[in-house]
Amino acid sequence: MKPTDISDPDYFHKVVDCQWACPAHTPVPEYIRLIAGKRYTDAYMINWESNVFPGILGRTCDRPCEPACRRGRVEEQPVAICRLKRVAADYKSDIKDRLPGVPKRKNGRHIALVGAGPASLTVARDLLPLGYEITVFDRDAAAGGAMRTQIPRFRLPVEVLEEELNYVLHMGVDRRFGTEITSMKELLAEGFDAVFVGTGAPLGKTLDLPGFAEAKPNIHTGIEWLANVAFEHIDSIGETVIVLGGGNTAMDCCRSSKRLGGEDVKVVVRSGFDEMKASPWEIEDAMNEDIPILNFCVPKRYLLKDGKLCGMEFEKVRREYDGNGRRLLIPTGEEPLVLPCDDVLCAIGQDNAFPWIERDLGIEFDRWELPVLDKTTFQSTHEKVFFGGDAALGPDNIITAVAHGHAAALSIHLLCEGRDVKDRPADLTTLASQKMGIHQWSYDNDISNDVRYIVPHAAKEKTLNDINIEVELGFDEDLGYAETQRCLNCDVQTVFTTRSCIECDACVDICPTDCITFTANGEEGELRQRLLAPAENEEQDIYVSDTLGTGRIMAKNEDLCLHCGLCAERCPTAAWDMQKYLFNTAKAVNA
Amino acid sequence: MSYIVKPKFHHPQLQKNDLGYTRRDYEGTLTTLCGGCGHDSISAAIIHAVHEMSLAPHQLAKVSGIGCSSKIPSYFLERSHGFNSVHGRMPSIATGANLANRELYYLGISGDGDTASIGLGQFCHIVRRRINMLYIVANNGTYGLTKGQLSATADLGSKTKSGEESRYDNIDLVSLAIDLGASFVARSFSGDKEQLVPLIQAGLSHRGFALIDVISPCVTFNNTPLSAHGYKNTWENNVVLSEIDFVPMRKEITARYSAGKDKEITLHDGSVIHLHKTGSGHDPGNRENALLHVNEHKKQGKIATGLLYINQDQSDFHELADTVNKPFNRLNEHDLCPGGEVLADINETFM
Ligand SMILES: Cc1cc2nc3c(=O)[nH]c(=O)nc-3n(C[C@H](O)[C@H](O)[C@H](O)COP(=O)(O)OP(=O)(O)OC[C@H]3O[C@@H](n4cnc5c(N)ncnc54)[C@H](O)[C@@H]3O)c2cc1C
Ligand SMILES: Cc1ncc(C[n+]2csc(CCOP(=O)(O)OP(=O)(O)O)c2C)c(N)n1
Ligand code: SF4
Ligand code: SF4
Ligand code: SF4
Ligand SMILES: [Mg+2]
Repeated sequence: MKPTDISDPDYFHKVVDCQWACPAHTPVPEYIRLIAGKRYTDAYMINWESNVFPGILGRTCDRPCEPACRRGRVEEQPVAICRLKRVAADYKSDIKDRLPGVPKRKNGRHIALVGAGPASLTVARDLLPLGYEITVFDRDAAAGGAMRTQIPRFRLPVEVLEEELNYVLHMGVDRRFGTEITSMKELLAEGFDAVFVGTGAPLGKTLDLPGFAEAKPNIHTGIEWLANVAFEHIDSIGETVIVLGGGNTAMDCCRSSKRLGGEDVKVVVRSGFDEMKASPWEIEDAMNEDIPILNFCVPKRYLLKDGKLCGMEFEKVRREYDGNGRRLLIPTGEEPLVLPCDDVLCAIGQDNAFPWIERDLGIEFDRWELPVLDKTTFQSTHEKVFFGGDAALGPDNIITAVAHGHAAALSIHLLCEGRDVKDRPADLTTLASQKMGIHQWSYDNDISNDVRYIVPHAAKEKTLNDINIEVELGFDEDLGYAETQRCLNCDVQTVFTTRSCIECDACVDICPTDCITFTANGEEGELRQRLLAPAENEEQDIYVSDTLGTGRIMAKNEDLCLHCGLCAERCPTAAWDMQKYLFNTAKAVNA
Repeated sequence: MSYIVKPKFHHPQLQKNDLGYTRRDYEGTLTTLCGGCGHDSISAAIIHAVHEMSLAPHQLAKVSGIGCSSKIPSYFLERSHGFNSVHGRMPSIATGANLANRELYYLGISGDGDTASIGLGQFCHIVRRRINMLYIVANNGTYGLTKGQLSATADLGSKTKSGEESRYDNIDLVSLAIDLGASFVARSFSGDKEQLVPLIQAGLSHRGFALIDVISPCVTFNNTPLSAHGYKNTWENNVVLSEIDFVPMRKEITARYSAGKDKEITLHDGSVIHLHKTGSGHDPGNRENALLHVNEHKKQGKIATGLLYINQDQSDFHELADTVNKPFNRLNEHDLCPGGEVLADINETFM
């Protein structure tokens, strides 16, 4: 193998598994250490800069960082990264004086944002401090997008939502709420310098089965129903409810039903439990509220009594795989399952639709009705039109919408400056030694062996009776501190200097996870097998040195490094050093 | 010295041995030696070796004298027996322990000062008495613990960090042991675990006295370019006379060395040494040959390593002394005072 090029900004970034996995690349270990030091406001601001909605995300994020977390590779559970974010939000002090200033004198550029969800508000947040005028349109009466209309209040209290929306809105957004945009042509004709489309994935689906026409008044589209609940247009549901679907929308539907009068609420899923799209913790929360989940039941018909919905019939199936490994659902031949119900909530997926974008404007769409985009710049085939969030690549999550917003804001800024949107500034990185004394580092390398702490919940009797009571109480300061101590500080990198090494093996002998091997060089595949402990996780790199005095190389498997710093403590020549790698994605302000 | 406890997390695929232990289960407390000290690599090699042999910790006793080297039993096999004795007196303790319980594996750890200076007399006698043990000398050519004085194994002309030059010829422990009748003699290097681990396994399994002289650089006081026992000189002048693989009793071999085996040596306990010649023409079965080769290399400034001499058929102390098979510490009153009838029988023999 060739010696590793650690100046490649991706190299050490990949080692910080959580940050690499976070769509907005939030510097996770950095904020976790600040929480440990009770510097909640500083921890909050690091988050705010990366992900704009720390308090919201600390309760609702899809947490792609957690399955990636290194801790999950050396023990059972990852660090509770998401809920620690909430600790920063819950215990911070006033941050208003830390928000970026917005110039009174504008730069003369005017941008339209369609939709006031997380994607658009991120664009606004990034461009306002640069002097842009920002007009945000939303057909709803208030900002927030799906964060307001879809996520139930028992997961996200309205105060938390509004606090973080307001940090952006109060920066001076020109708000046109209650305004639906019905023509892109007309919008462009208003002369905006750029238009950002952050309209989400607004189309829910219902299931058209025999009996649908008559039963229709009691069949609801999940996302529409949730929006009606959020705006308090709906405050009750029948006693017996069937929720169709296995995603997060289904989980929010069933849990909301339970709180609005549903006594007997069931979730029915076509496929297996392990195939459900909902996050494991959402499923767990629903099950904790005594909501049964029935798998392998394919809906067949709506059952009627006196011309009104009274139940549903399901065909029982089992799972098989065909020759190509494709999953098939084969009827078991058992009696169909009949479930009585008063209402059905269909949570079977969302679609994008852009009926308001005329097809002769030069904005191309693909065969799934999604806009044709450059995945880095989020520019459409029309120079001035950008997309982000669910509108860009289909339904996803808040943090992805935020990441798109940052990227699009940067593109819009480059466009307005007359620069090439593809020629993007380098991400911001620093690498600095953490050495304080011979065996002293400026980070706490003595990590805890504790297993993951559980976030306390409010009593079920209370929360099931009021849809506005938040279920999770969050970590208190002590629990939060204890959880921070589980983080391995993966951003504190082991940096190797070939010419200093005397090949004494001290680092090899001390490493708790057998990461380091001195051996003859070879091809990567073969070298991986020859290390002290085989390096089988191909997603994680091998750090390879230049040729050493004995003709061997140092090969370090990054996969299981605990960042404990013991190699650097034992190295007599400081050939290993622990250096903190800070990575921040370049944003509009850095261009 | 590191202040944190070594994290308990280990590689998820770390191999378990026949007893269900991982290598980490054979560790001791975190070392307090200087970072980069060869002695730590010897500890690591011992851990590897004993884990692979699936020895239960209670089957082994560690004995040592005084010195940085003699401290290392703290850093491995935390759950084994151990006695850290006085300077140069480890052989007496080892002899006594071996007399009391012949069933344990004995692992002596000493330094070049501990063995070749203050303990030289004791060393000669334990070799001569053929105590069944593995005696490891962590040889750095200096008194590390007392801050780097030249030791009796320092080569003529070698210099320590303070610039002191060795004016006397050195005591070569390997030649001395072969001369005094040791039945297993090897030399190795702390930096070469591929060589050291099977030697430790073979030495522990060997019945009789086994010596491994391990060049183990003192990174703090004796690791200059002019130190014969430094890393650089040892890497550059190490000449491997023979390579071995060790196959514990009833175990399939996983060869460390790719070269075909040239000879099999079956030890008393049924384990086997696979010997690979390296083209050096060295035959570890021949005592004169071994002495000659070691000396020739020394003259050229080279360090001969590998299994240098072995005689697996030599009887050990207990055989020579014709002791009972049962360990002394388990003999009870009845065993020791068998009664008047037996006494009468014995007396009869003098009539
Ligand atoms: C039930 C449910 C639960 C969810 N839970 C979570 C969760 O816990 N965590 C998570 O990370 N993600 C969750 N999501 C997904 C997440 O809400 C979305 O991915 C995210 O909000 C997308 O942001 P966005 O800015 O792209 O669009 P949205 O948040 O959807 O906002 C789009 C906005 O555009 C407006 N709009 C649309 N068309 C027009 C138009 N023509 N004119 C004017 N305004 C228009 C809409 O009114 C809306 O306010 C959930 C989704 C659903 C459906
Ligand atoms: C009877 C006695 N004399 C002298 C000493 C001082 N002393 C302690 S360690 C040591 C030398 C140790 O050298 P070595 O065995 O080579 O061990 P190293 O530290 O080099 O590993 C001496 C002379 C002592 N502890 N006891
Ligand atoms: S251990 Fe800490 S730094 Fe490492 S991936 Fe997990 S949260 Fe991130
Ligand atoms: S501890 Fe330092 S000098 Fe020794 S082998 Fe490791 S990197 Fe090289
Ligand atoms: S003084 Fe020398 S022998 Fe002692 S621990 Fe330090 S390096 Fe090792
Ligand atoms: Mg010494």
